Amino acid sequence: MNLEPSHGDAAHPREIEMPHASMRDYLIGFALSVLLTAIPFWLVMTMPLSPGTTAAIIMAFAVVQIVVHMIFFLHMTPRAEGGWSLTSLVFTIIVLGIALAGSLWVMHHLNTNMMPMPHDMNQLP
Amino acid sequence: MNTKTLAAADEELRFYDLDEHAHPEGHSTMLGFWIYLMSDCLIFAILFACYAVLGGNYAAGPAPKDLFDLPLVALNTAMLLFSSITYGFAVLQMQQGKVRGTQAWLAVTALFGAAFLAIEFYEFQHLIHIGATPQRSAFLSAFFTLVGTHGLHVTFGIVWLLTLMVQLGRHGLIAANKRRVMCLSMFWHFLDVVWIGVFTIVYLMGMLQ
Repeated sequence: MNLEPSHGDAAHPREIEMPHASMRDYLIGFALSVLLTAIPFWLVMTMPLSPGTTAAIIMAFAVVQIVVHMIFFLHMTPRAEGGWSLTSLVFTIIVLGIALAGSLWVMHHLNTNMMPMPHDMNQLP
Repeated sequence: MNTKTLAAADEELRFYDLDEHAHPEGHSTMLGFWIYLMSDCLIFAILFACYAVLGGNYAAGPAPKDLFDLPLVALNTAMLLFSSITYGFAVLQMQQGKVRGTQAWLAVTALFGAAFLAIEFYEFQHLIHIGATPQRSAFLSAFFTLVGTHGLHVTFGIVWLLTLMVQLGRHGLIAANKRRVMCLSMFWHFLDVVWIGVFTIVYLMGMLQ
């Protein structure tokens, strides 16, 4: 029955491949996450910088933290599942970018090009 | 003789075929579950897009600055982050083949998840009590939908955690259970990834406006 010499463990001939996690990975991921969470909260709660700079920094930190979670907690590698995990992730990110940027772009134009209207709709002719 | 050779060749061909196509049970489960998570990601993408578009429409009602309590959100974030590392410990225990240890860390994870939900529930209840209901403004509708959908995912994650603890207790660390632990691991860490987006875009960016 054991036809796959590459999976040659006799005790578990049909064991499926799973990502191997290590204590080191989890601890590094956790430490980085704590830092990447604490700094944005501290920046917004004490406001040592201008709102624009703070916004840019916290968005950048969020992106970095998402990547940290992907690598250290979700064990993403370009080779996982023969590359299909990464392919589907890239596809999702593209669709996500189109949906987010498209919605914001269209609705922003809609808002700015809207005919001025009185707030009280009863006053309309 | 002739037929015998043919039969042998036939058998060999079939044998080769099996070798090519026999995949271990559940070999595609992890990838399939990952693709489910990606589709879930699109649900959240649309809810984030709604929030980004409608988040400024207060209808003369309360704005994020009037409503959000950052220390409470920080506590909530900490709960979810702790639950992520404790789930990691559960996976490590599983890799060492320890059923009790895996169950114990899953239980700790469920407790942190429950703490997260309790804090969120308190926050929602407080908002509704002061009149900031989903019906108040487009901003609040989008807020409750986005954060509520995440909370619903955490709720189902906890249901799954408890189910998995029972399954581990009944069958031990069989291949199917290991697979389930890894799938729930992906689900749980994915929820933490979504929460990074929520606390950054909804709470922190909201306080900056």
